[in-house]
Amino acid sequence: MSALPPYALMLGIRVGEDAVLVMPFSPHLIGSPGRLHGGAVAGLLELAANLAVRDALAEKSVVLKPVTVTVDYLREGAMVDTFARAHINRLGRRVANVRVEAWQTDAGKPIAAAQLNIILER
Amino acid sequence: MTDEPKRVLDDDASERVLDDDARMRRFVDRFMQAVPHLQALGIGYVRSGPNWAELTMPYAAHLVAYPETGTIASGAIFSLMDSAAGFSVFTTMGRFEPHATLDLRCDYLRPAKPGQAVFGRAECYKMTRKVAFVRGIAHDGDPDHPVAHVTGTFMLTGAS
Repeated sequence: MSALPPYALMLGIRVGEDAVLVMPFSPHLIGSPGRLHGGAVAGLLELAANLAVRDALAEKSVVLKPVTVTVDYLREGAMVDTFARAHINRLGRRVANVRVEAWQTDAGKPIAAAQLNIILER
Repeated sequence: MTDEPKRVLDDDASERVLDDDARMRRFVDRFMQAVPHLQALGIGYVRSGPNWAELTMPYAAHLVAYPETGTIASGAIFSLMDSAAGFSVFTTMGRFEPHATLDLRCDYLRPAKPGQAVFGRAECYKMTRKVAFVRGIAHDGDPDHPVAHVTGTFMLTGAS
């Protein structure tokens, strides 16, 4: 895995087992009372997608540019740890299409899902 | 963004209470203090109108995604736009109706310039009984050359 950028460190994100990203609960992630801010969850989803594509690429010089990011919010984010895993739908030469899910206590009950197109500049 | 506004508000939430700028600013100042993640990102209020709101996020080292260039994370811009869009729902309703983001799509048109504050301006262009439709842009100084374009929907969770 690549080194995490400052923004990821600000969110407190770390790389867990089996390519799962973990965003441990922290008070600075709260939006409305008792819930995570949707933007923090989106940040986790984007990072999971970027790291998955980065890991899947043989050439490490490729520059990744997320161009479209769509997030569906499925459940309220509670004040507990959040996890995310990315699935690469297609890894082409010029673009990667990625789906990511975030969950908390139950991987079968995602709190958010994202779909991204990431431009690959070689 | 849901129930918090009612708690910090000293006006009757069933009436239009956001029609003058002083009240809006007073509310937003209190709202910002009550939202830890907005504080963590440094997001602040700029201005608002009948169906729109503008927020800003100053450049900061902890927002950076690419240390080689100093470019800030697209995820931070997503947070800014989610917040601006949420505020546009408040100003359109004229009161603090609880709502939750259903979905938000962000198209990143170009990287924000390192060192520049990013502004997020969103409008609620259609409101039904249960759903608010929003769109907006993020720019780093010139609204005619945005860094991102956003569309999304919010569910009015207080609707009966």
